[in-house]
Amino acid sequence: MALLPLGYVLWYAASLGPGELQDLLIRPRIGELLANTLGLLVGVMAASVALGTACAWLVERTDVPFKSMWHVLFAAPLAVPAFVNSYGWVSLTHSVQSYLGAVLIVTLSYFPLVYLPMVAALRGLDPAHEEVAYSLGRSRLSVFRSVVLPGARPALLGGALLVGLHVLAEFGALQMLRFPTFTTAIYDHYRSAFNSAPANVLACVLVLGCLVLLMAELRMRGEIALWRVGRGSARPIEPMTLGRAKPLALAGMSAVVVVALGVPLASLTRWLVVGSSTAFPVGELAAAAATTLGLALGAALLATAMALPVAWLAVRHRGVLANVIERCTFAAHALPGIVVALALVAISIRTVRPLYQTLPLLLIGYAILFLPRALVSIRGSLSQAPPLLDDVARSLGSGRIKAFWRVTMPLIGPGVGAGAALVFLAVSTELTATLLLAPLGTSTLATEFWSDSSSVRYGAAAPYALLLILISMPATYLLSRQTRGSDTR
Amino acid sequence: MSQVTLAGIRKSFGARSVLKGCDLNVANGEIMAVLGPSGCGKTTMLRIVAGFLDPDAGTLSFDGTTVAGPRQSVSPQRRQVGYVPQEGALFPHLNVRANILFGLPRKERTESRFREMLDLADLSPDVGSAYPHELSGGQQQRVALARALAPRPRVVLLDEPFSSLDASLRVSTGRAVARVLRAAGTTAILVTHDQGEALSLADRVAVMRDGRIVQVSEPVELYRRPVDVEVATSVGGVVALPALVGGGCARCVLGELQVKAGSHHDSAVTVLVRPEQIRLVEAAPGRLEAQVAAVDFFGPYATVRLRVRAGAGDDIEVVARVPGNELPQVGELVGVCVDGCVEVST
Repeated sequence: MALLPLGYVLWYAASLGPGELQDLLIRPRIGELLANTLGLLVGVMAASVALGTACAWLVERTDVPFKSMWHVLFAAPLAVPAFVNSYGWVSLTHSVQSYLGAVLIVTLSYFPLVYLPMVAALRGLDPAHEEVAYSLGRSRLSVFRSVVLPGARPALLGGALLVGLHVLAEFGALQMLRFPTFTTAIYDHYRSAFNSAPANVLACVLVLGCLVLLMAELRMRGEIALWRVGRGSARPIEPMTLGRAKPLALAGMSAVVVVALGVPLASLTRWLVVGSSTAFPVGELAAAAATTLGLALGAALLATAMALPVAWLAVRHRGVLANVIERCTFAAHALPGIVVALALVAISIRTVRPLYQTLPLLLIGYAILFLPRALVSIRGSLSQAPPLLDDVARSLGSGRIKAFWRVTMPLIGPGVGAGAALVFLAVSTELTATLLLAPLGTSTLATEFWSDSSSVRYGAAAPYALLLILISMPATYLLSRQTRGSDTR
Repeated sequence: MSQVTLAGIRKSFGARSVLKGCDLNVANGEIMAVLGPSGCGKTTMLRIVAGFLDPDAGTLSFDGTTVAGPRQSVSPQRRQVGYVPQEGALFPHLNVRANILFGLPRKERTESRFREMLDLADLSPDVGSAYPHELSGGQQQRVALARALAPRPRVVLLDEPFSSLDASLRVSTGRAVARVLRAAGTTAILVTHDQGEALSLADRVAVMRDGRIVQVSEPVELYRRPVDVEVATSVGGVVALPALVGGGCARCVLGELQVKAGSHHDSAVTVLVRPEQIRLVEAAPGRLEAQVAAVDFFGPYATVRLRVRAGAGDDIEVVARVPGNELPQVGELVGVCVDGCVEVST
């Protein structure tokens, strides 16, 4: 099922004649979109790597004060959906509606995706390697280049590629910034003519880009797994004394936090307080919130139910089939929401008409999009429950099923819960697929925010934005805990 | 408590044959150690007894009743075996009390049974509410044993249970475990690669090599009368020397050595001399002389490598074990005596 959208897009491209395909592909408009998308991709990835690495290094390896606070602050931008972030900026100044503005805002939204794995990597590296390098007479800079960076490389590249996937899939923020990319163009085509050929061809190009990134990411993922084995360093490394550079570092860090969090939040607060169109339609807010929570809950249950058997196969019965199934779900992970939505719309119109614009189709779309989040979490916890414990339980007289309920289930319970929670939170802030797939008249927090803010009723959009941020906070907190978990012990 | 019998057990994983016809009989209430290097198949054998694996051929029976054999196999949960794996494998989500009572039916999970098991395993009652990660390695191992013993199993299987403990804890935990097993009167199979552990804790030791049991003996017997040089080496250091046997003694480079009166007459054999049988004395005319080549000092004892002139041929090196307070100098000439009987290996 996860491969359905991918298959559809490829099938569609194949069904068009080569001539038609050429006509659709070779147009100045495509060139412009390609340049925009690639430019944005490169710009955001480079900026995220630089910003994420710098922040991670400052927090993990130097003596800046209040490390825990900085860590939370650097992870926090993930709690502000990118389209809310761009709303904050756009409603403040229109000068961000440019290439540089887009790079700035998208980077500020997604640099934590580099920052978090870098923190984990810097923390997990064996300090002995660096100490040996110092004792061999290398300078700090040289050690960072020749020992630390190679060690952290999988994390760094993995994070960068993840940012890339998000950039390709990003719709709301870029639409608001009036910076056309493939994703926004697909949406516009879809709005003007349902299921049009140009939209599908654009989707093909987009999928191609995503798959390239995904391949690279899968390769990195393998390396990461290798590199983590048995590297829990017992000894923390001596933090570097910043000395006179400390005020400078603090100023830089504060600046990042101000532009990434301060600006959107301040702008949001301003609209809440002074916005002329601000209203608190409690009924509508509550209805949208209830719909959002209901959808998110349904999707979380569905994704978890789908993820459990896949994770079980992947961990306990490693084999070709298990690998293929697992990879497939990750392939879906690379598909932008817009492509999944587009494919599901087309498929339902062609084959199962009654499903079109219904709740089940929307939930299936969510499940395809967010299955990997549940899967990663459940997989992780399942590998914490070694089969040896099942053996012991069986030798103590429990049958297979009883052993599962008494031993495995309690052990993976937290992981399953966390996976479901991640899906829940992702769904509650999802915009693109919801816009395309939701039954008519369905209003979620994200779609209400979107319709208000895109018709420049900034004040009216503010309460929805606030709720969106509040909902995203627990997931972000979970994520930041995972990387610096040893702090709490 | 049961008598456990393995007869002709075979097991292969793909093309690799791990057990090649394994025979072993463990008496009721006996602690049997299975000693062998890693990879010899001892863990596979244990997992077959537990029921986690089925043998390809051969039969396994408890008290004469077949539990695994051709076309039939009792599932692990019905076999009533207690299993104590290497790291103890306590259930991390349950406290000590719930771990120990895990294998009992709900109505038998009583305070008195719990106390009884704590007593047996020599654990203090206040660890009951502790979680596994709060216990020391030795305590975890004893809780794991108590958990295995609580449902009164027919046999307890211990898979290298002390190898994850540090040296000082290993000895004391081993002694405690053996005491608990004897107090409970349970039949036990202890798999280990540590000869000291096997010799000191078990009633009998089965030496396993390359998928087969090669010797089953009581510890003292095993040490004194190994069936071959390899078995001798696996339970301690040994010096193997070519010799001629006849008339109650063996002639070799160490002179005429006493052998047990037996069947060997005027034949070329190998004699096995334990390093602690070789004693260093003052060099004197008429005594066998050797030159000290190296001394490795271990504190209470030292091993001394000696070069002994072997007639016309090259020097032969033998190893002696001497008390740590009587160390010879390297290069010194010493006299050599051999105490007691030596074993003849054919």
